[in-house]
Amino acid sequence: MKKVNLEMGSGGRLMRDFIAEKLIPTFSNPILNELHDAAHLPNGLAFTTDSYTVDPIFFPGGDIGTLCVNGTVNDLVVSGARPEYLSLALIIEEGLEFELLEKILKSIKKTAVENSVRIVTGDTKVVPQGQGDKIFINTAGVGRLVGKPRPDRIKPGDKLIVTGSVGEHGLAIMLARNDFRMFSGVKSDCAPLLFLLPFWKKGILWMRDITRGGLATVLSELAEKIAYPLLVEEEKIPLSPRLQGAVEILGIDPLYLACEGRALLVAPGAEAEKILRMIKKHSLGKSAAIIGEVQDKIGKKGEVLLRTTSGGLRLLEPLTSELLPRIC
Amino acid sequence: MTNRTSEKSPFADWRSRTTVERLLGAIASEIKKIGSPVKIMEVCGTHTMTLHRFGLKPLLEEAGVEMISGPGCPVCITPDYYHEAIIDLITSQKNILVCTFGDMTRVPTRKGALQTVVPVEGSRIKIVYSPEEALDLARKNPEKQVIFFGAGFETTIPAIVYTVKKAHQEGLKNYSLFSALWLIPPALEAIINSKEIAIAGFIYPGHVSTIIGERAYSFVAEKYGLPGAIAGFEPADILLGILSVAKQIRKKQPEVANEYKRVVRPEGNPQALALMEEMLEKFDAVWRGLGVIPESGLKLKPVYANFDAIHRFGLKLLPERITKSTCRCGDVLKGLIKPEECPLFGRVCNPENPKGPCMVSYEGACLIEYKYSSGVKER
Repeated sequence: MKKVNLEMGSGGRLMRDFIAEKLIPTFSNPILNELHDAAHLPNGLAFTTDSYTVDPIFFPGGDIGTLCVNGTVNDLVVSGARPEYLSLALIIEEGLEFELLEKILKSIKKTAVENSVRIVTGDTKVVPQGQGDKIFINTAGVGRLVGKPRPDRIKPGDKLIVTGSVGEHGLAIMLARNDFRMFSGVKSDCAPLLFLLPFWKKGILWMRDITRGGLATVLSELAEKIAYPLLVEEEKIPLSPRLQGAVEILGIDPLYLACEGRALLVAPGAEAEKILRMIKKHSLGKSAAIIGEVQDKIGKKGEVLLRTTSGGLRLLEPLTSELLPRIC
Repeated sequence: MTNRTSEKSPFADWRSRTTVERLLGAIASEIKKIGSPVKIMEVCGTHTMTLHRFGLKPLLEEAGVEMISGPGCPVCITPDYYHEAIIDLITSQKNILVCTFGDMTRVPTRKGALQTVVPVEGSRIKIVYSPEEALDLARKNPEKQVIFFGAGFETTIPAIVYTVKKAHQEGLKNYSLFSALWLIPPALEAIINSKEIAIAGFIYPGHVSTIIGERAYSFVAEKYGLPGAIAGFEPADILLGILSVAKQIRKKQPEVANEYKRVVRPEGNPQALALMEEMLEKFDAVWRGLGVIPESGLKLKPVYANFDAIHRFGLKLLPERITKSTCRCGDVLKGLIKPEECPLFGRVCNPENPKGPCMVSYEGACLIEYKYSSGVKER
């Protein structure tokens, strides 16, 4: 008997197969089939939803409250929309301390104010102890379109920009679970990407926030949408020194670790340097970098090639299964 | 927060293009002097990983070195029937908590994988990151029988058996070890004796060597006249090892070179070796793909029989089974074929739907090949 396993929700290939083979055929319609991070509705509206089940609910650099606002805001931004309204649905496990719940609500409020979005509707459910894990949150967001992703216009010579150092959210969560009894000082990068909104008017062709599956998976998704392979220079990928130390010890590839406040952008070749300079002026974009380009010299359509720090060339695959540290 | 280039990673010098190019140049010139390309086996799965992750394999081939992956992945060489025995137990007995490393839970067998089977009520499987964690669970859950299903080579064996020693000292009645413990040197000898492939030298596993030291490999040079070098896990480490092997081939002076001196001492780790000696005894073990190898497995000595899960639960290991699978994992482990030469590779066997353990383990040659190699997109 086939059963759902955790990998189906890990952001890897299994999840994408599930979406492509089950969800799309079942609910197929022109808006859904676009598969943006947010749906583009008639009259210039964008609409998205996301559920948050993070464990632990408080972690270095944020909590489930900051996450559930920023995550949905970011999905709208990378789809070309200015976020305006959010819904908030709480699924609370019986027995959750009220103090923790209030702390989370406070985070939600603070983050919503920062993002200039209003929470306009919601729902509360309580499930018996053991049938949930402290608290799950769903938010949906509505925004107004200011730009439109144009993957069809991406061509060789266009540049790949990452807006900041990658992998910190994934590592912070992994270590906060304390299975490794290890401390790294790395904080989640959880942050709103609102500052990227103006770039839709400056020629950006495509944007995606880097979440589950990490940079490698987002690059693969991009490669599948366009007609040319990507070439990425490993040494250009921004990584914080603290993270580098920790991933070496754990034997984890940072390119598969999630972020919650970083995006991958495709900029036209001629504009890329200028756009990068503007991104770097923002406090959340200080470590942004051009990490590679769209090209037609090596590889095949759909492939992401990585020029390693050692000068070798290899394939960069999307995440296929949950990250596990090596055993010896 | 900076780019790798401006603020160095702890290993930047060991992976930089300049270092790698210099070492590759030196290797190429040795091979030129030898006059023909050579085949070298990297025994350890983590070496296989480094070679692919940094894109070194094609660069080495240009230099005249073909790297062949060896049997150095404990998850891959542990036979199916170990998994089947533990699956039988948790699907029939209550209050059993089986702890194991993550990769082990995905190995497909006739009876399913640990990850997919449904244990009876009160029993479960838990992924742990160290054997110590399993011991801790036994201390905290006296009502459960905690079994650590430990697969490993010399690298992890001392840490695994140390938990048994502690459990013994503490008088813990609910902790036991289901051991799948393997020794590298006998496997090397089996590969050399199988004579099926022409290997000109070995890259010895760095972490195994931290325990067993340099001398454990002397027989390879002395008895069989084959070169070898112990190497670490950064690109420069492996290339230094390969360079040493190439030099030994050219000079026709086989030895056990140590290119991982910052970690590996000639005598290894005497304390760890003493612990292994104290608690374990050798037996003729079955390796997946390689068959029975004399004195290549370790199990708890009879005085610790109470901590041996096979003894405590009367586990049945049934090695007679011959599978009709077309999976050629065994030939991959022996270095006889490359992963892509297996008829299943990339077609019906892939990381989401692995047919053999080499596609399951993060150190398995097939998974590594699948993840990192370009030009194998027909899948």
